[in-house]
Order: sequence, then structure tokens, then C-alpha cells
Amino acid sequence: MNEKPEPLLRAEDIHISFGGLKALDGVSLEIYPGELMAIIGPNGAGKTTMLNILNGFYKPDKGRIIFEGKERPRHMKPNHVAAQGIARTFQNLALFTGMSVLGNIMIGRTMMMHSNLFSQALYWRFSQKEEIEHREAVEKIIDFLQIENIRKTPASMLPYGLRKRVELARALASEPKLLLLDEPMAGMNLEEKEDIARFVLDANEELGYTIALIEHDMGVVMDICDRIVVLDFGKKIAEGTPEEIKANPEVIRAYLGTAGG
Amino acid sequence: MTFFFEVLVNGLMTGIMYSLVGLGFALIFKASDVFNMAQGAMSLFASLALYGFLEQYMHLPLWLALLCTVAVMTIWAYAIVFVVLKPLVNRPPLMLFMATFGVTYLMEGIGQSIYGTQAKGLNLGIPDNTYEVAGIFISSFDLFFTAVAAVLVVGLVWFFQKTRNGRALRAVSDDHEAALCVGIPLLKAWTITWIVAGVVATVAGVAWGTRLGVQYSLSFIALKALPVLIIGGIDSITGVIIAGLIVGAGENLGEVFIGPYVGGGIQTFFPYLLALLVLYFKPYGLFGKEIIERV
Repeated sequence: MNEKPEPLLRAEDIHISFGGLKALDGVSLEIYPGELMAIIGPNGAGKTTMLNILNGFYKPDKGRIIFEGKERPRHMKPNHVAAQGIARTFQNLALFTGMSVLGNIMIGRTMMMHSNLFSQALYWRFSQKEEIEHREAVEKIIDFLQIENIRKTPASMLPYGLRKRVELARALASEPKLLLLDEPMAGMNLEEKEDIARFVLDANEELGYTIALIEHDMGVVMDICDRIVVLDFGKKIAEGTPEEIKANPEVIRAYLGTAGG
Repeated sequence: MTFFFEVLVNGLMTGIMYSLVGLGFALIFKASDVFNMAQGAMSLFASLALYGFLEQYMHLPLWLALLCTVAVMTIWAYAIVFVVLKPLVNRPPLMLFMATFGVTYLMEGIGQSIYGTQAKGLNLGIPDNTYEVAGIFISSFDLFFTAVAAVLVVGLVWFFQKTRNGRALRAVSDDHEAALCVGIPLLKAWTITWIVAGVVATVAGVAWGTRLGVQYSLSFIALKALPVLIIGGIDSITGVIIAGLIVGAGENLGEVFIGPYVGGGIQTFFPYLLALLVLYFKPYGLFGKEIIERV
């Protein structure tokens, strides 16, 4: 743990406030390549705000974000952040409900396809070949997440737990350098939670994705994550391995103590 | 009975034109949640531009003139998205709606200053013969535009269902934020939508212009499209196409068979009457998506 490689993403001294509320007050954090890290904290700690900043939805009032050693322009749009290789899922689902599961996952692949509108019209064969290649990659993801049987189902017909899984599939389809998950296990029963936890862990260990996730459920986070950052009222109050976090009195006071574990 | 079918077929042919205008509305509404009042003006401007390229200012061959017209509509699409819509992102829909009202007047004004205010006859050299099919008289002119409209609709369906750009546009219409997050550039997607709507407007404008002459009342066909959208459900492409046919057939049949009992002239409001009926029973239109919002 002492000699860390260069971080994949570094957020330095991030400040943002909404009206009078300081949502984030000088938070810095690093995400290292290959790790599975979690950002935890009680309600209103600024977890989702942090994710929204990392993914470009919010512009920080102050602070820098360095991705792969390069500082990101302050007003980078979410679609450019996505093009850089940062994918995310949402706390409240954001699937394209009008499309099938397959369509949703193919969309995740959009950025990797190169034929544009004109080449689609002119070199139809080429774009068809490209489509088939990407379809194969998508099938692998479908296989990985075990959603083969719902491939053609419209996303709007799926139960909540499966939707979350499809959203994860869509994010994986872009083969991101960094995957941000916003409460992937929120609102799930124990069985569904364990399923998703296993997929997240597999994506990290087997497929080698770097993942940062936000989670409420301390138990799952402690089990699967390498490193944890704890936020409280917009400030970082602790950082370390699950064992260190469990033993940190500050965290116990802010989070475990008041939330009752 | 033959007479009934003749009225019906004529109505359906008119209906296809309504479908086209409605289609332009639905495309833009789906992609950017903007109710585009300028759709009629776009049709008008397209037919004016075509007239300009064909007869008034230049004498280009038809195919080149059509290409130039589409180019003009593409410029409009860029202008509308980047000058009008971009600064209004995340504003209430009403503001965007009013902005498209502004675009309507701008288009009409620019159209008047470039092309003058007289009504113009647009002649594309499409024969206007009447054929008798199974005892029903059909004009070849109507048939031609029916075929063009059908090709356009099939092309659009292919574009939206089968191509990557089409899929990206459907994603944008489904959920803006999620689309951004998978890396779809919103402004580019909107621009493509407005260009597609411009092409649809061109076809509609040219069809109407050749039939009725290019005149400024053309921009009022937007009002004809309103009942079409209500009946079909504004977010359903299929719905709008079918509703266009219903309105076309309905107003013709209504005029001929119900009109005489109430003194005639019901053609103009009959579609609205139909729309009210649909609203009463199916508030989201016949094919529209029912929106159930969590409170």
C-alpha cells in the first residue's frame, strides 16, 4: 500500500456549492489503476455530487481534475468525458426504456464505432461488418452478466434489479478506463445485492476494470473494495483499507454511530 | 359506394401530406422535447427556396435545385440549434416553444424579403393525369407524392432502427442525461434531427407547393398538424403517420357526407373535433406512450 503507482484519476481540492450549501468543501481523492474503490458517507455527504463532477455533469467552483496525467478543462462536457473513457451508472436508473436490452448495450458501444452517417449510407457493407464485430463484443458482456435470456426484452419491461444489471452492461460495453457506479446496490434485496457485488468484483478482478463506486451498504463495500474514501458534510474525513476504516473513530462517529451500523 | 371510396382515397392522399408535416413535428419533439411551431414555416421556406433555385433567381436542373434546397434547410437546422436552442438548454419547454414561434416569423420575413410576397406556381413537370382504378379516379400527381412519402417514411424507419446515428438519436430522445453519459454529443444529435426534419419539411413543402402553389398560408399547415399530433400521440412516429391518414380521410368524408346536413364548410374544424374525441378517451393519443409519473 505504500508505493502507489501514478493515479488514473486525481481530483484536487474540489469545491462546489449550490446556493449557500457547500456540497463539497475541498475534497481531494485519487483513483488508482486496477483498483476497486468506494466512496461512502451518510446521506448528503456529497457522494453523488462528487461523481457528477468526475463525470462532467457539474463544474466545480474550484479545483482540478487530472485524468491519465492530463488536467481536464474546467468546462468539459459529459459526452467528452465519456469519450475519454469514463463511464457511469445512475442511482436512479437511466436506461433507454424505449429500446431493447440489446439496443441499450449497443448504445454503450456508440463511441467505439467509427462509421458515420455518410459512410453508413455509402459503405453499407463496411458499417455492417463493424456492427457485427461490436455485436460480438456486446454478446460477451451479455454472457458475462448472465442476461442472455432478456436480450430482446424492452428495457421498460424489466424488474428493477435486472435494469441495474443492464445499466452496468451498457457502461461495460464502452470498455471504459474508469467505471463510476452510483449506488449499484441501492433498493435491492440481499440476493440481488450479492449478484451485483459478484459482477462488480468480477469486472474488476477478471476483466481488469478500474471501478469507483458509491454505496450506502457498508457491509458489501467492506467485503469487496480495496480502498475506501469517507465523506461527511462535503469533507473527506477518512481514507484507507476497509480494516482501517472500520477502526477509524471519526468514521464511527459520523457514519456508523449515527446510522446504527 | 364507389363515390364513398373515391372520397376516401382522395382524403387519404391529402392525409399523407398531413402525416408528413406531423412527422416533422414528432421527430423534433422526440429528440429534443421542443414543440416546433416552425415546422410549417420550414415547409414554406423549403418550397420558396426550391422556387428560387428553379425559376426566380436561377434555372438549375430539378435534382440540383432539390439538393440546394436541402442544403438551405441544413443551414437553417444549424442556425436554429446553435443560435436559438443552445442558449436555451434546460429552460422550460414553453420558452423553447415560444422561441420556435420566433423562428416562424423570422423564416417568413426572410422568405418575403428574398422571394417576394406573391403566390408562385411550382411546376416540377409531374404529369397530372387522372386514372381510373376499379372505378375510382386517382390523380397521378397524388400517386407520385404518395410514393415519395412512402419512400421517405421507410427511409426514416430504416435510419432510426438500423443505423448507429439513428440509434443514438433514439437514445437522446429517451433520456438526455444518460445519452450524454454514454458519449453522445447532444448538440450534434439535435442538429441531425433538425436536418432530418428539414428534409421532411422540404418534401411536404414541395408537395403542397406544387399542388396549391407556393404561398404564405403554407406555414399554417402547421395548424393542420396539431390534430394529427393529438390523435396519433406526439411521441409515436407510426401514430402520427396513421393519424395523418385518419385526419385526411376524416375531413374529406365529413365534408361530403356530414357537411350537407349542417350547411357545409366543416372541413376546417372536423379534424379538431376528432382530436377532441380522442383526447376524451385516450389522452396520450391512439399510439402515444402513457406517461406515469412518480409523485
